[in-house]
Parts: sequence; structure tokens; C-alpha cells
Amino acid sequence: MTAFVVVSVIKVFVVFGAVLGTVLFTIWLERKIVARMQSRYGPNRWGPFGLFTSLADGVKLFFKEQVSPRGIDKAAYVAAPVLALIPAFLAFAVIPFGEHVTLFGQTVTLEVTDLNVGLLWVIAMGSLAVYGVVLAGWASGSKYPLLGGIRSSAQMISYEIALSLSLVPVVVWAGTLSLREIVEAQIGTFGTIGWLPGPVQWIGHLIPKWYVVFQLPAFLLFMAAGVAETNRAPFDLPEAETELVAGYHTEYSGIKFAMFFLAEYVHIITISAVAVIMFLGGWDGPHLPFLPWMWPLMNFMGKTFTLVFLFIWLRATLPRIRYDKLMVLGWKGLIPMALGWLVVSATILTVKDAYFG
Amino acid sequence: MPEGYFGDYFTFGMFAGLVVVLVGGTLLLARLVRPRVDKDEKLSTYECGVDPIGGGWTQSTVRYYIFALLFVIFDVEAVFLFPWATVFEEIGIFAFIEMMIFIAILGLGLVYAWRKKVLEWI
Repeated sequence: MTAFVVVSVIKVFVVFGAVLGTVLFTIWLERKIVARMQSRYGPNRWGPFGLFTSLADGVKLFFKEQVSPRGIDKAAYVAAPVLALIPAFLAFAVIPFGEHVTLFGQTVTLEVTDLNVGLLWVIAMGSLAVYGVVLAGWASGSKYPLLGGIRSSAQMISYEIALSLSLVPVVVWAGTLSLREIVEAQIGTFGTIGWLPGPVQWIGHLIPKWYVVFQLPAFLLFMAAGVAETNRAPFDLPEAETELVAGYHTEYSGIKFAMFFLAEYVHIITISAVAVIMFLGGWDGPHLPFLPWMWPLMNFMGKTFTLVFLFIWLRATLPRIRYDKLMVLGWKGLIPMALGWLVVSATILTVKDAYFG
Repeated sequence: MPEGYFGDYFTFGMFAGLVVVLVGGTLLLARLVRPRVDKDEKLSTYECGVDPIGGGWTQSTVRYYIFALLFVIFDVEAVFLFPWATVFEEIGIFAFIEMMIFIAILGLGLVYAWRKKVLEWI
């Protein structure tokens, strides 16, 4: 009992610290990679390779004056950054990032907690992000933030449908909403494939049982919707600086701006982590004989940062999409495709169960 | 403090508490340490450097509202889909047909909105 509480406390603090550290690292990584892609050096002053730049920025923003304009909606103005940041962190509570370790004679699963509605929880917290953005835009009492906030309201809710619909086929195949069980269903390879001609049957040993193999359309839909849901380029219409100054956080400064900034990067990491869990087999991957607890963690981090790199790469490569095209892509493209793929994969599973046991 | 099912939520509650306390604490602490220099110019909203004209809360097109309505319909659909998807293989062919009818009706709704040109952004 006491051991359980102690382990819980340790887990809570470690996960919170890890998320915060990962976020600061991701911010540095983005600035560095984008700079390199544009033939610049990027941050290189604080620490080796400028690694502590995000930390220095955070401290600076912490001590900066808060300039809030006349005629704001005070309560909503303060609530918006808090409402943006808290759900972003809470979504991370159910993300499993490794198998388990033994601590104080207890088997400790490497995640804060394994809720049996984990996936729904992540989606719910992700959709709460829209409140922060819309409230910020509304509360500022200024024209550019209002435009940014109201734009993002339509954008984020549209792409949220595609996002959740693209995850349903995976749930149909896995039959559970617990993220840990979804990962466990993907561990291993297909093994010897009986219906292939004899000499090539071994090829099944090389193909992992990750859902991305059969659910590739769902994976692509999820990533497209995820980029839009996190308001990242090429879908960063809510903060399009060429037309809206900075969008919804134009009137924010100091620590409140830092909170919006943090929330955006926490969302990127969450979306990447969820994609790894749902489609790329979570912590499944190569294991070497020494340090057995470390390899699942390394696999998971490696996959997650590959996807984070993809986010950054997209931002450095693609120009911003026009708003009408964005809505058309969401409603006439992603949502019908996601519904169609759900019908297809449910049909495949039904036929498989009915005829092949 | 039980383990198992409620233990999961206990740990979760601690995480939520820590996040709320730390975020709130950061806001309060920043309030104490940051400087404050009042100047009238700082109080105006940003409008490309000129004095703002008119109020900040301007009108916006009604299309955003229509998309919000559509969102409610389809998000409720997603909420119905998740429990169905979880027990899909246990219930079998009956659940499959039932849900295909449900998706078909909603797909019809999407086609209707499409044909009515609601999804067009002008």
C-alpha cells in the first residue's frame, strides 16, 4: 500500500519532469533543424550546440512584464493559457512509454496510469485545446486575435472529427481502448505466413505486427489531421503571421505567452506518441541482452522523435494552405475518407472472422 | 488507498493535482517577480502601430457557426463509434450491420450538406 503511493508519487514527478524536458528539447530541436534547412546556424549560444536556449528563453519570459491591453475580458484572459496548458499535460497521463521495471519489489508500469478508457481520454484532452485558443482570441478584445481564435475554432473542431474517426479502425482491430493493451497487441512479427509459396514464407518474420501495415490509410489520415489539430504548418492558420500578426496570442506576453508556446509543443509530442502507440507498435523493436528495461524506452523515444522530426520537416518545407482549401480538405477529403476506411476495415475484419475463424 | 481500478484513478488524480498546482503556481510566482511599469500607450490593442479604430469584438461570418453545428453531429457520431469498436468482435455480424446503417445515415447527412453547398467556403 505505502509502496504503491511512493511509486505513484515518483512516477507522477518523473513523467511531469520528462514531459517538460522533452518539450524544451523539442523547441530547441525545431529551431536548430529549421535553421539548418534554411542554411543558418540556429541557436548556438547557451550550452553545447545552444541546447539550453529554450531554458534561457523560459527564464527570460518568466521575468518579463505582462502587458495586457485595456478592455480585455479579464477572467477569460487569464483562464485561456491555463486551459491551453493543463489539458495538454493531462493527456500525457495515459501514454505508456515502456514495458515495466521493478522498483521497491513492485512491478511498475512505465506510464502514469493505465486507464481502460485511455484513448478516449487522450482525444478528449486534445479537443479541450480548442478552448484555450478560442478564449484567448475572444478575451483579448482585439481584431487579430479574434480572427485567429475564430478561425481555429472551425479548423480544430473540423480536423478533430477526422482525427478521432481515423483511430476507430485501430480500435476495431484491437478491441480495446487501453493504450497499453493496444501496444501489446502489436508486439512481435507475423511469423511464417502459411498461404505464401514455400520459399518466401519466412518473409513474415521480417514484418512487424504493427497496425501501420494494414492500417496505412488510417495512419496517413491521422498524421494529416494531427498536424492540423496542433495548428502546425502547413495548417497554422490560427497564428498565420503574414496576415494575423500572431493570431490568438497577439496580445499575450511574458509567462502567459510561454504557456501557449509550451502547450503547442506538448500537443506535438502527444500526437506523435499516440501515433507511435496506435500504429507503430509503441515500444516494440530491437532488444539487446544488456539493460533490459532501457530498450523499450529507447524504441519508443526513437519512434516518437522520428515523427516529431516529420512535424518540423513539414514546417520547413510546405507553404501555408489557404483557408477555404483547408476546410474543403477537412470536410470533403479527410472525413469521408476516414468514414470510408472505417467501413472497409470493419468489413475486412467481419469477413475474416466469419470465414477464416 | 486501493490499488487496481481505483488505484489507477488515484495516481491519475495526483498527476492532475500536480499539473494544476504547478501551472497555477507558475502564474502566481511570475506575478510576484515581474516588473510593472504603467504607461497609457501599452494599454491599447495591437493594430499595426496605429491607434485602433472601433472595438475589438468585430463581426465575423456565419459560416464558422454552421461548421460548429456540423461538428456537433459528427463528433457525437465518433463518440458512438468508440464503444461499438471496442466490442466489435464480441458481438459479431449483428453489430456490424447495425453500425453500417448508422454510418450510412450519417454519410447521407454529409452528402446532403455537400449538395446544399454548406461545405463550400466562400
